[in-house]
Amino acid sequence: MKKLLKSSFSKSIFTFAIAVLLMTIIRNPYHVGILIFLGMNLIITMGLSLLMGYAGQISLGQAAFFGLGAYTTGILTTKLGLPIITAFPLSILLTVSIAFLVGIPTLRLRGHYLAMATLGLGEIVHIVFNELLSLTGGPSGFGNIPLIKIFGIELDNDYKYFVFVWAIVAFILFLSLNIINSRMGRALKSIHREENTASTLGVNTSRLKLTIFVISAGFASMAGFLYAHYVTFLSPGTFSLRFSILLVTMVAVGGMENIWGAITGTVVLTLLPEYLRFFKDFDILIYGIILMSIMILRPEGLYGIKIPLKRLRNNS
Amino acid sequence: MLEVCNIDTFYGKIQALWGVSLRIDEAEIVALVGANGAGKTTLLNTISGLLCPASGSATFLDKRIDGLTPHYIAELGISHIPEGRRLFPVMSVRENLEMGAYTYHAWKRKEETLEEVYRVFPLLKEREGQLARTLSGGEQQMLAMGRGLMSRPRLCMFDEPSSGLAPRLVLEVFKVIKTLREQGITILLIEQNVKRTLEIADRAYVLENGRIVSEGKSSELLQNNHIKKAYLGL
Repeated sequence: MKKLLKSSFSKSIFTFAIAVLLMTIIRNPYHVGILIFLGMNLIITMGLSLLMGYAGQISLGQAAFFGLGAYTTGILTTKLGLPIITAFPLSILLTVSIAFLVGIPTLRLRGHYLAMATLGLGEIVHIVFNELLSLTGGPSGFGNIPLIKIFGIELDNDYKYFVFVWAIVAFILFLSLNIINSRMGRALKSIHREENTASTLGVNTSRLKLTIFVISAGFASMAGFLYAHYVTFLSPGTFSLRFSILLVTMVAVGGMENIWGAITGTVVLTLLPEYLRFFKDFDILIYGIILMSIMILRPEGLYGIKIPLKRLRNNS
Repeated sequence: MLEVCNIDTFYGKIQALWGVSLRIDEAEIVALVGANGAGKTTLLNTISGLLCPASGSATFLDKRIDGLTPHYIAELGISHIPEGRRLFPVMSVRENLEMGAYTYHAWKRKEETLEEVYRVFPLLKEREGQLARTLSGGEQQMLAMGRGLMSRPRLCMFDEPSSGLAPRLVLEVFKVIKTLREQGITILLIEQNVKRTLEIADRAYVLENGRIVSEGKSSELLQNNHIKKAYLGL
């Protein structure tokens, strides 16, 4: 039984089951909607966790990859009238190719050049979304993106879409866990702190970093695809640097040491603002205080926190 | 087996190696001795591809290796056991060893090599599941050496394997190096413990301020007046 729970397959199925169970309990379309966005955020941050926690690189371009995925599928299905099934691989392919081109020169260098390059890329993509009026509708965006139809069922309400999104979350989790537990994952862990040593042991460090960067961009693009066909309307504001920074923060707050940290951070930072609505105008202030306290008191991240019950009992 | 010819290596604008040449034959133990900052580690890093020489050449098994990337050189059969062990602290002993077998040709025979390494270092088998950072200094050195052997190297380069170890463990390290040679592995050994090193090495090179100042049979170097005075304190 214990062994069964340990396999990445059962972990993914388990995550999916919990999500569906939650949905049936909640039964409130607004809350289900939030959990759909949580699913999309998770898909991006799992990729980012592989990049940050395992390969030790920071990307400030995840919102751009998210946006590229969303805009490509949006434009292809509305302006060119392509079926979703063709638009999907094309949107992933385009994003992944751009990540590859940005990654080649920057990941040959040591240090945080990737953060700088992706920062620039994010701005470029944002400007293109704003200025390419004929295709993107500029700042006001464009809509009427078709809904996804799967096995003849149109995903026209939040409950159906929820199941679809979380099935993909489970699949991405499965994929990520398998990457982590593979020979490649081991090598990734090794280059984080001991890059020189890893390379003398035979690890092609620049190619490995490039691969994982491209994978993380692919995940973000996947989330973008899901976003476009859920919201059915796209405008550049969603895909700004602010969102990239929020994604990096989610991973950092949750903990970079492993993928469950990224998942924890994403859950906390996606749901927290919803709970803080209770404080009305003060929500952003309290949000900031909570973030700062976490980073001061628990710089290694929320994941794996152990509440010292024993010590509390002894003190009282 | 390894031929280094007239190598110049720079750190930025500062030249660290000046026309260094060195030759290692099959199944030899060759020592490289010298004071701190003489360029010993720089030479090792140049051979393993971490540094790229500005001029000169390095040939391993009749193949030019200067300017190649480290992972490619590792694939050819050179293992570099770095100074300060450089283990992966949050990986288990076994995971560290498996990382040593990362090259394509070694990965296929990983299990078999693991058995062989455990035979040389039985202690590592006992500690298999422990995190590397929880090992003692001596055990960490054993692990670093074991990891270096996991790639089934033709040439093993040890960078100060005895540094920071208790005298009893230093003996142990030297004993292991001798056993490896008996198994047919060629060894390049960097050490500060000059006397002991010259006792087990066949030949040695002395590096001073980035230049080779003398070379020869270890037994002859042990009698050399300059060496006696500078390194043996006689």
